[in-house]
Amino acid sequence: MSAPFTTLESFRKGRDERAFSIEDAVRYYLDRIEGIDRALGAYLTVNPNALNRARQLDNRLARNPANSPFYGYPVAIKDNMNVLGLPTTCASRMLANFRPIENATVVERLLKAGAVILGKTNMDEFAMGSSTENSSMGVTRNPWDTGRVPGGSSGGSAVSVAAGLAPLSLGSDTGGSIRQPAAFCGVLGLKPTYGRVSRYGLVAFSSSLDQIGPFSRCAEDALELTVLVSGPDGRDMTVRDRDPQEMVREFEGSVRGMTIGIPEEFFGDGLDPEVAASLERAREVWSAEGAVFRPIRLPSASFGVNVYYLIATSEAASNLSRYDGIRYGYRSLSSGNLKDLYQNSRREGFGPEVKRRILLGTFALSAGYQDQYYRKAQQVQSLIREEFDRAFHEVDLVFAPTTPTPPFRFGEKLDDPLAMYLSDIYTISANLAGLPALSTPSWPTPSGLPVGAQLIGPAWSEGRLLRAARVLEEAVGFRTPPVSVQTAGGKVS
Amino acid sequence: MSAEYEMVVGLEVHSQLLTRTKLFCRCENRFGAPPNALTCPVCLGHPGVLPLLNEEAVRLGIRLGLAMGCSIHQRSVFDRKHYFYPDLPKGYQISQFTYPLLTGGGLTVRSGEGTREIRIHRIHLEEDAGKNMHAGIRDASHVDLNRSGVPLLEIVSEPDIRTPEEAVDYLKKLRQILRATGVSDGNMEEGSFRCDANVSLRPGGSSVFGTKVEIKNMNSFRFVHKALLFECERQAQLLDRGERVVSETRLFDSSTGRTLPMRSKEEALDYRYFPEPDLPPVVLDPKWIEEERSRLPELPHERVARLSGEFGIREEDAEVLVLEEDLSRYLEEAREALHEYAGKGGWPVEQGTPRLVNFLLSEVLREWNRKGPAILTGSLAAREISYLVALVVEERLSLNQAKDVYAVCIESLRTPREVVAEKNLSQESGEDALGRWIDDVVRENPGEVQSYREGKERLFGFLVGQVMKKSGGKANPQKVNRLLKEALSR
Amino acid sequence: MKLTKEQVLHVARLASLSLTPEEEAHFAGELSGILDYVETLNRLELPPPGLHVSEDMSEPTPLAADMPRPSIPTEEALSNAPDHSGSFFRVPRILEEGR
Ligand SMILES: [Mg+2]
Ligand SMILES: [Zn+2]
Repeated sequence: MSAPFTTLESFRKGRDERAFSIEDAVRYYLDRIEGIDRALGAYLTVNPNALNRARQLDNRLARNPANSPFYGYPVAIKDNMNVLGLPTTCASRMLANFRPIENATVVERLLKAGAVILGKTNMDEFAMGSSTENSSMGVTRNPWDTGRVPGGSSGGSAVSVAAGLAPLSLGSDTGGSIRQPAAFCGVLGLKPTYGRVSRYGLVAFSSSLDQIGPFSRCAEDALELTVLVSGPDGRDMTVRDRDPQEMVREFEGSVRGMTIGIPEEFFGDGLDPEVAASLERAREVWSAEGAVFRPIRLPSASFGVNVYYLIATSEAASNLSRYDGIRYGYRSLSSGNLKDLYQNSRREGFGPEVKRRILLGTFALSAGYQDQYYRKAQQVQSLIREEFDRAFHEVDLVFAPTTPTPPFRFGEKLDDPLAMYLSDIYTISANLAGLPALSTPSWPTPSGLPVGAQLIGPAWSEGRLLRAARVLEEAVGFRTPPVSVQTAGGKVS
Repeated sequence: MSAEYEMVVGLEVHSQLLTRTKLFCRCENRFGAPPNALTCPVCLGHPGVLPLLNEEAVRLGIRLGLAMGCSIHQRSVFDRKHYFYPDLPKGYQISQFTYPLLTGGGLTVRSGEGTREIRIHRIHLEEDAGKNMHAGIRDASHVDLNRSGVPLLEIVSEPDIRTPEEAVDYLKKLRQILRATGVSDGNMEEGSFRCDANVSLRPGGSSVFGTKVEIKNMNSFRFVHKALLFECERQAQLLDRGERVVSETRLFDSSTGRTLPMRSKEEALDYRYFPEPDLPPVVLDPKWIEEERSRLPELPHERVARLSGEFGIREEDAEVLVLEEDLSRYLEEAREALHEYAGKGGWPVEQGTPRLVNFLLSEVLREWNRKGPAILTGSLAAREISYLVALVVEERLSLNQAKDVYAVCIESLRTPREVVAEKNLSQESGEDALGRWIDDVVRENPGEVQSYREGKERLFGFLVGQVMKKSGGKANPQKVNRLLKEALSR
Repeated sequence: MKLTKEQVLHVARLASLSLTPEEEAHFAGELSGILDYVETLNRLELPPPGLHVSEDMSEPTPLAADMPRPSIPTEEALSNAPDHSGSFFRVPRILEEGR
């Protein structure tokens, strides 16, 4: 069976014209997950209640017309957001059995609009990583080359959309965790402005940088989903009171007359020539559509990784202090006294990358070192913000690569944390500056690996970013990875 | 303690706030609920939750700042303070470190014959931890998180306190302000007013500070006094022997009156404070602060000035009445009742109030110090004292008789009315009755009367005694004096 | 900066993580490498540290109304706990009082 729809708009049309039922739509994805996902590993949990909910929604639809494009729409959720009825594991042994007692705000809003949660997707443990190899629940493969990583930490959510295992998904982005896997898997991924989307119910990694955002096949769907989940919820004091409709208004139109900055720091040594070549084609598309490119300088951005690995790890070490095996989570069997309860539960419950970051972050905040590390990083962070502020006086958007290379092979960087950290070198500064940024597919490399083009905008400019992304999207077209797997029922593709 | 040392004490008070809900979630802030009945994902520290700052807690902080003359910072910042303990769900406490809500301000305390100013270092908002229980549990401890997230103000004084008495007076006055402003109920038994002390010694006249020791677990004013005395003595002995005071945390053991080491600060925790990223800085609207200023009730020091003016008593005495809330409530109630007696007896109430206040400051205060607040209720409730004072005003009882009656009531738990009736004490001032007794005595003692009239003035006392005897002790002695003199000169 | 095994142990203790001797050595090397890298920050000339203000200071912070909402049932609070006893979370005996 081929997909009954590919976008939110085609779904809405088919649903309202009764070309298919919501149950058909959900069943299509569940079947596909069953057929293909064994080979890809995008999902950690498939929602056992999805079909039931689809039928209930169908019943209601028979009496009342749908009031939202999301009514009946299947969505996948990264496993660090709470969904009532499903475990939230963060792909960690620590939370393997954790059952949340309420929904995340984003989930609440999806459900209220009538969406159907297909399941929870794989990720790097506690969102710490750039390849999803740090999951303690198993690997997720890149559908374009199953010998390669899907990127991370939202690898499962990226793969679910790329491989047609969900039409839309949510991920979280702390230093590139949406944009980098989106680039590696050939889909669009958006990290909204810090303060646009409530983080309530998102398991915290680095609270001042984390932001939830969509993976989609097209800019319009990303826009719709972002609008749906944006705005104050009375549960996250860092959410600002901005009208989500401003994004819709800014989405309209073309890139004619838009000024796009090219920071030379982002196109220097270390950028893979095949990625550079693809991005050059993307630039030509925007130029041809009337955008004006001009060089800009973001000198401090090159220190982004340094800053990030101090601030994010400091906050992470703090946020992960709550995992002690007392109120929930893993408790070591050898916890005869209180000290052992803490130390052994945390040793056995956390994987190596999580421990590495807890140690680094604890060190960066510790007495005698805080000024040298954590505070210093905060100061450089201010510098990066200021440079972006200045740049956006001259340009409307900044164009950059999403990643320095195409997707890498499993194990390639696993033993070298620094090399792994550097794969986020182009995405991190948007988090540090709190700015919205997206990765949209550019042309693949000659060997067929996806390449992402990154756009970074001033605060609250998601609509503008998506408008520019749509222009490139029309030129590149959505590409479906060559996934095919034998199942009991026959060949699914 | 050897006289050559000066004691240097700074106090840290944690006071729970009278909000309806917790500091960062909307669970009820209430004492005494069944274990873990007042919790939610936020105060349990579940994955994914975020704090929501309670407006009322900030309001109460502003009120305390206004009452104590602190600088109220238009911008303050929450920080995380990290340590692992089962009653601390997140592994960190949300507190304020670098930029607290309030700094400065102070309190005047009694010091010997005079007063001294104790400066406030800082006051900040923070969340309380839950409770760990150990008693009666085998091989385990239990955790109750009802208290987790309850709002606290931590009030840190400068090390300006020099004696245990000053410390206790500081705490009593601070508690009084907290209660007067509605910030806290200051209940020490329920733990809503908790105090730690930093204590060091230095040679008299020196201005450098010695090594300080932190003392915890002093849950009454009496224990604070005891603990400070003990700790001073302990440190003085160390110094006298030429030994070093170790910087450490010590617990006061109320059963022995000693302080015992808990953990040495050398191996102490590194709290790794950093700004709480889940909460924006608290920016206050200056208009809000002014609104709170205008809504502030009468403050204890204002009340002292008013009472001392109204009753014509010394400020120290007024302070005693204000500081001891049960006493001052007792006074207010008694005065209320005195109005009634004045109305019935047809005399101006102003004639009675000074007597009432003095009776309270002498007789009642003495017994209150001896026996505690129980003497302010039941058979000696406020209106009973007014009754006694009214009898004195109406000269039906002498002041000494009233004092005796009060003493009997204290011992026998009977009302003044009962004691006066039983002893048939009520003083007779009526001129008719007195005249009859005097006439009888003059008639029955012709010899003595004769001798008196001839110049033996010593006999006047004998004759007064006879009249008093006849009256069964009830005759008003002053009146007897006057009327008898008149009768004898006829 | 070169982290010694003792420093790693100290940090691990602060973080309540126990490490095997191999982990200690491994993390000492690895974290030293990361610190060397992040230390390039120290070569930057920066203004003195101050309060990091990015938000508009004139806007008062909206705060939450002090209105109680129902707590969750005690069973639900305990439902994820690895060990509990009656209505309490249960932990090994706490020997040292206070913190
Ligand atoms: Mg405190
Ligand atoms: Zn709560």
